[in-house]
Amino acid sequence: MKALRKFLDKIKPAFMEGGKLSAFRSVYDGFDSFLFTPNTTSHSGVHIHDSRDSKRAMTLVIIALLPCLFFGMYNTAYQNYMAAGVPVASFWEMMAYGFLAILPTIVVTYVVGLGIEFAFAQWRGEEIQEGFLVSGLLIPMICPIDTPLWMIAVATAFSVVFAKEVFGGTGYNFLNIALVTRAFLFFAYPASMSGDKVFVASESIFGLGNNLPDTFTGATPLGEVATSTGSVVLTDLSNQAISLWDMFFGLIPGSFGETSTLCILIGAAFLLLTGIANWRIILSVFAGGAVMAFIAHTFATPTYPGSMLGVGEHLCLGGFAFAAVFMATDPVTAARTTAGKYIYGFLIGVIAIIIRVYNTGYPEGAMLAVLLMNVFAPLIDYCVVRVNINRRLNRKKVLSNE
Amino acid sequence: MLTIKLQNDEFCVTLQSHVLYNIIVMSISIKIKKGLDLKIAGAVSQGADSVEIKPEMVAIYPDDYYGITPKPEVKEGETVMAGAPLFHDKKYENVKVVSPVTGVVKAVERGERRKIIKFVVEPDGRAEVKHFDVKTDSAESIKNLLAESGLFAMIRQRPYGIVPKFDVQPRDIFITGFDSAPLAPDYQVLLSGKEKELEQGVKMLSALTSGKVYFSCRPGTFAIPGVEMVEIEGPHPASNASVMINHVAPVNKGETVWVLDAVTVARIGALALNGTPDFTATLALTGSEIKTPHYVKTVIGADLAGVLKNQISESESHKRIIAGNVLTGTAESMSGFIHYPYRQVTVIPEGDDVDEFMGWASIAPSKMSVSRSFPGHFLHRLFKPDARLNGGRRAMIMSGEYDSVMPMDILPEYLIKAILSRNIDQMEELGIYEIVPEDFALAEYVDTSKLELQKIVAEGIDYLRKELE
Repeated sequence: MKALRKFLDKIKPAFMEGGKLSAFRSVYDGFDSFLFTPNTTSHSGVHIHDSRDSKRAMTLVIIALLPCLFFGMYNTAYQNYMAAGVPVASFWEMMAYGFLAILPTIVVTYVVGLGIEFAFAQWRGEEIQEGFLVSGLLIPMICPIDTPLWMIAVATAFSVVFAKEVFGGTGYNFLNIALVTRAFLFFAYPASMSGDKVFVASESIFGLGNNLPDTFTGATPLGEVATSTGSVVLTDLSNQAISLWDMFFGLIPGSFGETSTLCILIGAAFLLLTGIANWRIILSVFAGGAVMAFIAHTFATPTYPGSMLGVGEHLCLGGFAFAAVFMATDPVTAARTTAGKYIYGFLIGVIAIIIRVYNTGYPEGAMLAVLLMNVFAPLIDYCVVRVNINRRLNRKKVLSNE
Repeated sequence: MLTIKLQNDEFCVTLQSHVLYNIIVMSISIKIKKGLDLKIAGAVSQGADSVEIKPEMVAIYPDDYYGITPKPEVKEGETVMAGAPLFHDKKYENVKVVSPVTGVVKAVERGERRKIIKFVVEPDGRAEVKHFDVKTDSAESIKNLLAESGLFAMIRQRPYGIVPKFDVQPRDIFITGFDSAPLAPDYQVLLSGKEKELEQGVKMLSALTSGKVYFSCRPGTFAIPGVEMVEIEGPHPASNASVMINHVAPVNKGETVWVLDAVTVARIGALALNGTPDFTATLALTGSEIKTPHYVKTVIGADLAGVLKNQISESESHKRIIAGNVLTGTAESMSGFIHYPYRQVTVIPEGDDVDEFMGWASIAPSKMSVSRSFPGHFLHRLFKPDARLNGGRRAMIMSGEYDSVMPMDILPEYLIKAILSRNIDQMEELGIYEIVPEDFALAEYVDTSKLELQKIVAEGIDYLRKELE
């Protein structure tokens, strides 16, 4: 490690002001502070600081996403084999196929997103911020596997610049970056982002996987619900009925990382154990979703096929669980007050199911529900803060009346 | 014994009355849940002997007396008696800060724009102390006595945490009788043998307010007649005066309360009993870089070179010398002096000479953290933290971190934002009059974004005073 430290110290002058590579100062700083904990010591206030920092917080979220990521790789291959109608290959072959299928998307989001972040950090003369490390992994996980790369690049660039950097960077955005990317794709390129063409990887890569015919269509369960008339019967790609257990386990078509409720819950457990995510938000999203799904199911009508689904199905299908655990809990865009978190989470759950059931135009409502509540979170907080303020004002009134 | 319980989810207040020395002492007991006791190595072990040190040099920093605009009363080279003024406040001229020793004024050190940094006095060894004419017949005469003897300047007020405005009568007076800060000294040690002084001091203070005098302590440690005892259980910041005030009788806009520690009360009592103020100070010498943590008996403003002579461990690593505790103390060098409130000196590793590879990913058990992602969190061990920030400064990202260590009815994140945006109405609404920078010390410690919260609060209070006065 000493040699590495020496090397970094040796090249450092070139990146500082006046150096040959000073245009890449932010890049150097980013790597230096990544490799070695900065030994800046406190100049004011407390003399000791906790060991945790934002790098660690972001890393913990990434670790929590890994079960979903690995499951997504396997599931991508699994859906491809199912669609081709051939028996599944060995575990490692499946994983390799899934890995190769998702790798370009991950690379593109990180290159585009981090590139913009580095540029802005350089321009502002600030340190690189870690926020995008999480967003950059979330984006591939909430997009259909076959989304064209250039679309992902455009959408990522749009959301990083217009949803985050224009407001001041990490910590100042009021909308979830990953969801803005997803929403941009959804509304800008609806043909490529929904329907039943994009949720299953349709080409073989380096001899792995299968080429699917152009005529192939593979709808997600929620897609099937949206287009069904009369009774709702959900089937997988080989026309087998999907049980609640299948939905929970996650070997069904869907966006890359969202299908497995089991893996999402493993991630949630990790986030809660390490204290990164707020249990109040996760719990109240599920509570809100369950309540609304129960109400919808109680008044089930064939006009809205979504209302035929039960509570468990609603919570396990689509991006609901993923949004509850990884999207709603984003501390920057969520409500910040304790009471506010309950309201914020509950309304996300309710609205997600309302959109899903009663707006037949959109098969999935979790994304829009989180974005909508992102916008309302400051209002919720405002009301909670007002309560505190009024309590303080009343205290004085009581005294002056005595 | 009569017990009444009032409870909400944040804390519970129990009102008790029991008979003590044949008089009824009302006591309030408060249990706080939010907060944090940092497990740091280098505490003074119980029963440790205290060492007496006569300082070679003594200094008073006017900045320690926040709220006073210093006007010097001595020049370099003049002889000054212990108890005689070094400087007074520009606005309230009878509020003085006095020399704790008899000797020669060595220097009146000035900084930028001729701001006075410190008054340095070299003791000449004489034990003479200025004698005051103790008149306790009226509140006015007691106040004047305190102001002249330099003890008034050791009191603080809420709002703002400044030396009290001399012409404002406090609604109540709050005395803190314990210190829950990391490695803090035990008040039983600081006040041993001073029961009479405490009682006398409390008596004097009661005359200065039409309200009550409250005295906070850990359950069962003190019982002082004539005051409302407030027994507080729970982690730091349990001993912060703001916490007691917030739970017992919060400060509203337009109200003023006084705050002082029990050591100052004993000094006030000693002045009333003897006619001479007591400038001795018992310090806890603490921290992982002190060879054997122990108590030191010395004088207010003593030089660190004397206090720390042969006390710091001999390892080659850089050291951080803190006059005070690790949360609110002042960083000093060996050529510095102890700071108000003159109770503690801490020495920890500085850490600027450490190259830690990917510290953010570390799972080493030696890492101190409130995060459960560090194994050290679960271990029953003492840590040796250094002064590094352990990360880069960021915008406020995580939510609820400050709340978790703030046992008051305050919304810290929103107050900080109001301060940063210099929005006076909002600062008032969110309770800026109830807090001082030290109340944000733990929040600053736990903050993932490494924001300088105490500095932000201090600057906010400065701004508020400038705008409103």
